Amino acid sequence: MPLISKPIQYVGGELGAVVKDWDATTVRWALMYPDAYEVGLPNQGVQILYEVLNEQEDVLAERTYAVWPDLEALMREHGVPQFTVDAHRPVRDFDVLGLSFSTELGYTNMFTALDLAGIPLLSAERGDDDPIVLAGGHASFNPEPIADFLDAAVLGDGEEAVLEISGIIREWKAEGSPGGRDELLLRLARTESIYVPRFYDVDYLPDGRIQRVVPNRPDVPFRVSKRTTMDLDAWPYPKKPLVPLAETVHERYAVEIFRGCTRGCRFCQAGMITRPVRERSITTVGQMVKEGLEFSGFSEVGLLSLSSADHSEIGDMCSGLAEQYADTNVSLSLPSTRVDAFNIDLAQELSRNGRRTGLTFAPEGGSERIRKVINKMVTEEDLIRTVVTAYSNGWRQVKLYFMCGLPTETDDDVLQIGRMAHEVIKAGRAATGTKDIRCTVSIGGFVPKPHTPFQWAPMARPEVIDHRLKLLKQEINSDRSLGRAIGYRYHDGEPSLIEGLLSRGDRRVGAVIRRVWEKGGRFDGWSEHFSYARWIESAAEVLPGFGVDLDWFTTRERDQSEVLPWDHLDSGLDKDWLWQDWQDSLSEYEQDDCRWTPCFDCGVCPSMDTEIQIGPTGKKLLPLTPVNNLRVPA
Amino acid sequence: MGGQAPVVQRIRIRYAKRGPLRFTSHRDFARAFERALRRAAVPIAYSQGFTPHPKISYASAAPTGVSSEAEYLEIGLQAEVDPAQLVLALDAALSPGLDVLEAVVADEGSLADRIDASRWRLELPEVDPAVAAAAVKSFLDAGEVLVERMTKQGRRSFDARAAVTHLAVTEQSHLPSGAFAAPCAIIDLVVRQVTPAVRPDDVLSGLRVVAGLEPPVPPRVTRLAQGTLTAQGEIVDPLDTDRAAIGGH
Repeated sequence: MPLISKPIQYVGGELGAVVKDWDATTVRWALMYPDAYEVGLPNQGVQILYEVLNEQEDVLAERTYAVWPDLEALMREHGVPQFTVDAHRPVRDFDVLGLSFSTELGYTNMFTALDLAGIPLLSAERGDDDPIVLAGGHASFNPEPIADFLDAAVLGDGEEAVLEISGIIREWKAEGSPGGRDELLLRLARTESIYVPRFYDVDYLPDGRIQRVVPNRPDVPFRVSKRTTMDLDAWPYPKKPLVPLAETVHERYAVEIFRGCTRGCRFCQAGMITRPVRERSITTVGQMVKEGLEFSGFSEVGLLSLSSADHSEIGDMCSGLAEQYADTNVSLSLPSTRVDAFNIDLAQELSRNGRRTGLTFAPEGGSERIRKVINKMVTEEDLIRTVVTAYSNGWRQVKLYFMCGLPTETDDDVLQIGRMAHEVIKAGRAATGTKDIRCTVSIGGFVPKPHTPFQWAPMARPEVIDHRLKLLKQEINSDRSLGRAIGYRYHDGEPSLIEGLLSRGDRRVGAVIRRVWEKGGRFDGWSEHFSYARWIESAAEVLPGFGVDLDWFTTRERDQSEVLPWDHLDSGLDKDWLWQDWQDSLSEYEQDDCRWTPCFDCGVCPSMDTEIQIGPTGKKLLPLTPVNNLRVPA
Repeated sequence: MGGQAPVVQRIRIRYAKRGPLRFTSHRDFARAFERALRRAAVPIAYSQGFTPHPKISYASAAPTGVSSEAEYLEIGLQAEVDPAQLVLALDAALSPGLDVLEAVVADEGSLADRIDASRWRLELPEVDPAVAAAAVKSFLDAGEVLVERMTKQGRRSFDARAAVTHLAVTEQSHLPSGAFAAPCAIIDLVVRQVTPAVRPDDVLSGLRVVAGLEPPVPPRVTRLAQGTLTAQGEIVDPLDTDRAAIGGH
C-alpha cells in the first residue's frame, strides 16, 4: 500500500459506507463504477443503489472501482484479486457484480476488473461460483458491444430493478439454487425487463448488416423494456450520501430535482431514454437538502437534472433554499441550465452572498440553421441578451458549450461559433463599460447515440473535425482585441470516433474491445491513457473478418429499413417517430416540448405505462430553525 | 456581507490516525475535519474576508501512511462549548480510525511553541532484532548520516543523524516463536523537529546507508507522542500547560 499513489482511495471507511456481516445476508452485490475512485465515488446511480440495497436486511452491497495501473501491477505480482473498498472482500465471492456504465469508454476497465477478480471474461465460460455480471447505466441501452461478456443488463432506472433482482436471487437460493446459473438467468430474463444477451441470437446479412435478433429460448421476450421509477418523492435517495476522505471530482450533496427531459434535443441520448419528466416536489427536495447536509457536512449543494431551470417550482425552490442557508457557508449550484434570462435570476438567488465567478450556457450549435437541425431552440438574439444580462449583473466569466461534427454541419456552421463569441464580447463590453469580461468557448465532439433521432446519422471523420476546430481558432483570433477575451477549449476528433464505434456497435465490436484491452488499453476516458492508434490497429485486425470496418460503424449513414443492434431493447420511443424526427431534423423543422404543447407521440408514455409528473404543488420552503447545540450522539 | 463573529473560545484537540485510515493525507484530513465540524454543529469561527475560512490551525502532521496517536490542532469558536461534549460530537462525526481523543480549552501561548520533538515506533516485520540493533548502533556512532529524499525542490541530500536524540531496539521486539511466525524488530525513535524535517523514513534510509538494513516488507510507523523535549530526553504533553491552567481557575 505505501508503494502506490493515493492509497486512501482503496481503503473505504467513508461516512455513509456500510459494512455488514457477510454470513447474516443472503444476497450480496458488488457494485462497480468502472472508473477511478475519484470519478466513481460521487456517482449518484451507484450511491442510490448502494443505499437502497443495504436498507434490505438480508442484502449486502459493497463497492469496487477501477484500480490504477500501479496498483494493478502490484495486485498481479502478489496475487491480490479485485476487491471491494468497504470490507476488502474478493469480488468473485459476491452473487452479483453490478457495473454502472455512464460511458462506453469504461468497457476496458470492466475487463481489468473481471480478470483481476478471477472471473472468466466470457459469460459462456462462467460457472455456478461466479457472480452474475450485470450492466446498468445509460450505456446499457445498447450493451451489444459487451454482450458476450455480460450475463445481464438493466435498462433505465435501477432502484426498483435491484430489489426485484435481489428477490429473484433470494427465492432461487431458498429453493436450493435449482438449475444453477442458467436457471437463474432464465428467471431474470422472464421478467421481460432484464436483458440476458445469451438468450438472443444475432443473424447477419451478407453485406454485414444485422438480419434479425431473436430469442433462442421459449418464454424469453422478443423485446426487453426499460424501467421507469415513478413518484420520485417515494424514493428520496441518497439519504446518507457517501462522503469520501480522498479528494473526488465532486464534493457536494447532489439531489436530483427531476428525471427525464422532453426538450427534445436530437443529439441527447439522456433526454430521449429517461422520458417522461418526473419531478421531485419542492418540499421533498428541501427535506433531502436539510438531512443530506446534516448527515454529510458538505458545504455545497447541487440541484441536478438534465435541465434544472425547467422544474415547475424552480423559482420558489431556489429562493427558499437561498433564504434557508443565507447565514451559512453553504453554497448552492444549478448545473445544466439553458440559455435563458430566467436562469440569471435563479443564479442570482443562489449566489446571493457568494462570488459570481462563472456561468455556463450550452447553445450547442454555432449557427441558427444547425440549432434547428439539433432542435436546440435558442436564437442568437436570446443568447446575446442572456449573456449580457449576466455580465451586467456582475458575472465576469461566461462559458459557452458547443458541439462539432453534428449532422449536416458545414465549416460555416462552426465558424459562426467564433462570430457569436465576438458578438458576446462586444455586447458585454458595451453594456458593462469594462474590458474585464471573458467568455470561454468549449467544444465537444458529437457522437451519435442509440435511441436518438441521430442514431442513423453518419459521424464526421476526425480530420474533418480537426480542420473545423483549426478554422474556428483562426476565426476567434481574427480580431485580436476580441480574441484576447475569448478562451478556446476543444477535444480532438479521434476519441469521439472510438466512442462512436462503441455507442452504435454490435456484438462484433466486442472482439475489438477485448483486443484493445489485451494490448494494454485501460482508462480510455482519460486522454493520458487513451490510445487512438491501439483502437485503430485492433479494429483493423478484428473487423475485416466480419466483412465490416471502423468506418462501417461510424461514418456510415443507416437507412430506415436497417435493423439496428439495439432494436430489441425497448426505450419506449417509437422507431417511426424517431425516424420522422430525424427527417424533420434534415428539413430543419423544430419540435416543441410536450410539457407545454400537445403530446407529439414519441411513444414512451403509452408503451411504458407512464405519465408526465410535474407540479407545481404550490408549497413553499419554510425557514429552518437554527440549532445552536452540538450534535452529540445519544 | 457583514463581519464574522469573534472568537470567544479556543480549544486544542488531540486526535489519532489509525488502521487503514493512516493513509489519509493531511489535505484529506483537513477536508474531513471541516465537514465533521458542520456535521457536529460546532460553532466554529470564520476568518474575515471574501472567502471566510474556518479557524483551524494544525500542528505538524504525520506523513501519509503513518499512524499516529498524537496529532494536534486548535480551533477558534464563536460560542463556548463543553470540551468533553465536543470530543464526543466530533469523534462521532469522523470516520472510525480518525479518532478525537481529547479536547482542552487553550491557555496562553501557542501550540506550535510547545512542540519541538516526536516519539515514533517503527515496526520492522521479518527483521531480526539483533540485526536491527547493530544497524542502530552504527547509526548512533556516526557523526553524520547523509540521506536523500525527493522534495518539491527536487532530490536533496541532508543529515538524518543530528536531529535524532534517541534510537533503540525495544524489548517488545521478538524472534520467531509459537505466537509469531516471523521475527519483528521494534525501534523506539525520538526526533527533534528541524529544517529540513527528518522523518522516520529518513531514519530508515539512514539505517540502510550506514548498515545496509533493508526490511523485506514495508515497516509500519506510528507517532506515539509530540511535545517539548526536556533535558532528560522526555517529551512533555503539549496540553499539560492548558490542563494546569484549567485546574488553577
